[in-house]
Amino acid sequence: MGNLFKKMFSRENRGRTASYLIIIIAYIVLEIMRLSGNMTNLLSSLLVPVCCYITAAIALNLNVGFSGELNLGQGGFMGVGAFTAVVVSGSLAGVIPNPVIRLILAMIAGAVLAGAVGWLIGIPVLKLQGDYLAIVTLAFGQIIKSLITNLYVGLDKNGMHFSFVDNHLNLAEGGKVLISGPMGATGTERIATFTAGAVLILIALTIVYNLIRSRHGRAIMAARDNRIAAESVGIHIANTKMLAVVISAALAGAAGALFGLNNASLAASKFDFNLSILILVYVVLGGLGNLNGTIIATTVLVLLPELLRSLQDYRMLIYAVILIVIMLVSNNEKMKTGLERLRRKTGKGADSHA
Amino acid sequence: MREEMKTDNRIPVLEAEDLGIDFGGLTAVNNLSLKIYDNEIVGLIGPNGAGKTTVFNLLTKVYEPTRGTIKLCGQDIGKMTTVEVNKAGIARTFQNIRLFMNLSVLDNVITGMHNTVVYGLTDSLFRTKKFRESEKLAEEKAREILRIFELEDKADVPAGSLPYGEQRRLEIARALATEPKLLLLDEPAAGMNPQETEELMKTIRFIKEHFGIAILLIEHDMKLVMGICERITVLNYGAMLASGTPAEIQANPQVIKAYLGE
Repeated sequence: MGNLFKKMFSRENRGRTASYLIIIIAYIVLEIMRLSGNMTNLLSSLLVPVCCYITAAIALNLNVGFSGELNLGQGGFMGVGAFTAVVVSGSLAGVIPNPVIRLILAMIAGAVLAGAVGWLIGIPVLKLQGDYLAIVTLAFGQIIKSLITNLYVGLDKNGMHFSFVDNHLNLAEGGKVLISGPMGATGTERIATFTAGAVLILIALTIVYNLIRSRHGRAIMAARDNRIAAESVGIHIANTKMLAVVISAALAGAAGALFGLNNASLAASKFDFNLSILILVYVVLGGLGNLNGTIIATTVLVLLPELLRSLQDYRMLIYAVILIVIMLVSNNEKMKTGLERLRRKTGKGADSHA
Repeated sequence: MREEMKTDNRIPVLEAEDLGIDFGGLTAVNNLSLKIYDNEIVGLIGPNGAGKTTVFNLLTKVYEPTRGTIKLCGQDIGKMTTVEVNKAGIARTFQNIRLFMNLSVLDNVITGMHNTVVYGLTDSLFRTKKFRESEKLAEEKAREILRIFELEDKADVPAGSLPYGEQRRLEIARALATEPKLLLLDEPAAGMNPQETEELMKTIRFIKEHFGIAILLIEHDMKLVMGICERITVLNYGAMLASGTPAEIQANPQVIKAYLGE
């Protein structure tokens, strides 16, 4: 027991332990507030989305922070996961009445499909050097949004029907439309829960932390730090970067799946370029390669616009000013050295790259 | 004479023949033949711009040779990629230091073991027994290598914060971690003071004896080159000017002319 405690707070694991503690404590406190009725409707409606954004941001940090590749399509990967989950959950509703099992299956399906799409995108792009991943994921986000906006999916006793033409699903009597073009998913059963969100974050954290402190994670960071040197010690750059892209996309897909099953109706336009940029902002403000920072920045920046709602028209103005201030402060050299000195004094050298 | 005969019967660790590369119309390296045997230190010297680093880039397939063959322990490595060449057994350092600056000194060396201490992705994600054992083994090996280079006290420091001389040593340590048959050192003593160079010479000799590997090194510090190399090849304008023992090279009028001019 004492050994475990020592290990948890060792220099190597301190960041990880802090991440787990933040999530578990926040979950317990918020769940107690929610169950005892001490929570506003606004806040309780934000619980699941915040979990989704945090997961997507942790996943994006694997790309941007650890792998050093800019990914501007995280919203697109979430979209793939969301609509996959809507279809899977909707079509399994008759077979598996248990919502928890259905939620898990839908999230796995969303993760697998988004991961597969990430892999397809990675094949041509990762062989190149430079910012091509950013360009291609940017385009991917737009394409996937347009694709889903024109997609019709229905279910009847004969099985699934897909169409890209308005209402040409030819559903038999009693059939159900799951995705209806520009309207998106309608009549989705809301089976997402805050517990599932918290568990998803913990899984994402475990995956990323385990990956980073391993042979594979070191290869990812080595390829980021010096491509030529990484090759000279036998690291295959494209495969290594692919691993980061696929895992990041899969986690974003799972997050999107949870998001999709948290809304009765959901249009594809939700998963646009703005969402991708927003998640990128969470990652950059939280700190590249710093997962605790990602968690905190995401939470603050999702809640902030909601808390500023009373300011009405000035809301986004204030939000922008706060963003700029955080950016200036967190990049201030004097602040950084001051914090570093403080850390060394208290012996808490949080390792941002581990 | 007897010495020569014995040498020729062995399979060379590295055998390059008629190696050459053209960049457009410019011939950077031409007609280079190199043989390096087991447990041997060979120097590659020449005036600036002679094409020494280009030779390293050819041997490690950073550049695609226009002509010639490269064999490592009899195996043709001419068609391999940089990654495959390293797996086959050639490791190198760089003239302009290329470390993983954000990783710790220890992690830099362990990263060198990417293909020598191997486990799968599932081992990583689920922290299996194999993962724990491999990581422990890798760390022990890495610390042992760091001890050779007197860097064990700096194991947890980011590589980027090391002073220049230590960065050079760490690069050699990382290359050694890949368990090469042939080690290519590109100006290992650059920027070092005389004492550091002296230390480095001892370390290179120790590496040769301890790991039993062949070493090819580029160096401008003639004291180092003449002190530790068993044979020396001189390049000038991309072509081989001379090859022989340090004493032969020092007495070679062509070499003196290339270095000092007419």
